[in-house]
Amino acid sequence: MVNWIWLFFIVASFIAAAVTGRMEALTEAAFDGAKSGVTVSFGLISVMVFWLGLMRIAEDARLLDRMAVLLQPVVRFLFPDVPRNHPALGYIMSNMSANILGLGNAATPMGIKAMQELQKLNPDKETASAAMCTLLALNTSSITLVPTTLIAIRMTYSSAHPAEIVGTTLAATLIATAAAIAADRWYRHRSGKPPQWKDIGGGSGGAGASGKHGGAGGYAAIANNTPGSGKGEAVV
Amino acid sequence: MIVLIPLYAAFRKVPVYETFLSGAQEGFGTAINIIPHLVGMMVAISMFRASGAMDMLASLFEPLFHWLHIPAEVLPLGMLRPLTGAGSLAFTTELIKTYGPDSMIGRIASTIQGSTDTTLYVLTVYFGAVGIRRSRYALKVGLFSDMVGFAAAIMICLLVFG
Repeated sequence: MVNWIWLFFIVASFIAAAVTGRMEALTEAAFDGAKSGVTVSFGLISVMVFWLGLMRIAEDARLLDRMAVLLQPVVRFLFPDVPRNHPALGYIMSNMSANILGLGNAATPMGIKAMQELQKLNPDKETASAAMCTLLALNTSSITLVPTTLIAIRMTYSSAHPAEIVGTTLAATLIATAAAIAADRWYRHRSGKPPQWKDIGGGSGGAGASGKHGGAGGYAAIANNTPGSGKGEAVV
Repeated sequence: MIVLIPLYAAFRKVPVYETFLSGAQEGFGTAINIIPHLVGMMVAISMFRASGAMDMLASLFEPLFHWLHIPAEVLPLGMLRPLTGAGSLAFTTELIKTYGPDSMIGRIASTIQGSTDTTLYVLTVYFGAVGIRRSRYALKVGLFSDMVGFAAAIMICLLVFG
C-alpha cells in the first residue's frame, strides 16, 4: 500500500511537471524535500529525548499502573465479553495508558500482548473477535494527551505558540475515539449476540500470574525490545 | 509536570536521572529511525507540490471546500492520514513549512496529524501479530473514526482560532 502511494506521488509529479513545464523545479524539490526530512527529524530529537526520558521516570514510578487502575471501569464497559480477571484486560489498560501519554513505543507491544490474550479467547483463530475489533478501534483513534511530534515540528518552524494545538488535538481525538467506540458498538450489535466464553479456566490460569496487571517490570522490558510506532512517532 | 513527575519518582526511590537517560536513549533512537521514512516521504511530497500536481488536486475540490469554508490544502492530508504515518507527517510538515505553523492551515494540519493514528498500520501490526486474516468490520470502524476526526479537527480549529 505504502509502495503504491509513494510511486503515485512520484509518477504523478513527473507527469504534472511535464505538463506544466516545471521539470527543473521538480529535481530541485526532490533534494529540497530530502533536506527538510533530515531537518525535521533533527528537530524531533530534542523533544523526543526529553519527553521519553521524563515518561520513563513516570513509568518506573508506577504512574502508568496507577493510570491503568483508573481506566478499569472504562475497560470493563468496552470489553463486556472478556472475563473480569483475564490477563488481557491488564494489557489493554497498559496499552491505553501508554497511548494517552504518547508512548507509542510502549503502547504497541502492550497492544500486541493484549491481542495475543484475546486470541486465546477467540473461537475462530483467523477471524477477529468483537473484543479484538474494539481494541483495534481504540488504537486507530487513540487518545493522546500531548502530541509531542507535532509540537517539535512547530518549534522547528518557529511557531509563536508551539503547544497551542494541544487543546484542539485533544478535543478532536476525543471525538474520533467516541465515534470509533460508537461505530464499534453498532457493528457489534449488528453482528448478533457476542459469543459467550465458557471455557476460560484452564487456558488463562498460567498466564494470569505473569500478566494480570500488565506488570510494570515486564512492561519496561518489552517496551525496550520492540520497535513500535504510535501516533507520536508515526513511522510506517 | 516536569517537576512533579521526577519528585514523585524520587519519593518512590526511583533513580531519576539514570531512568531519565534510559528513556531518553530510546527517544533518540526513535527520532533517528524516523529519518529514512521522513526523507523518502518528504521527497515525494515536495515533488508533488512543486510539480503543480497538488494544486490540480486541490482545485478539483476547491468549490466544495470553499463552500464549507475549509482550506482545500488540507484535503490530501485527510486522505493520507489513515494510510501512511510518515507520509502524512511529511505532508503536515510541508504545509507547516509553506503556510507557517501559526496559520490556520498549519494549525488544522497539526491537529489532524495529532488526533488519530495510522489505521492501516495499526490494523496490519496488531492483527498480523496474532495471525488474524479476516478483520471483519475493524477497518471500516477505523476509517470512519478517521473521517470523524478529520472533520472534528477542522471544525474545532475554525471555532477556536477562527
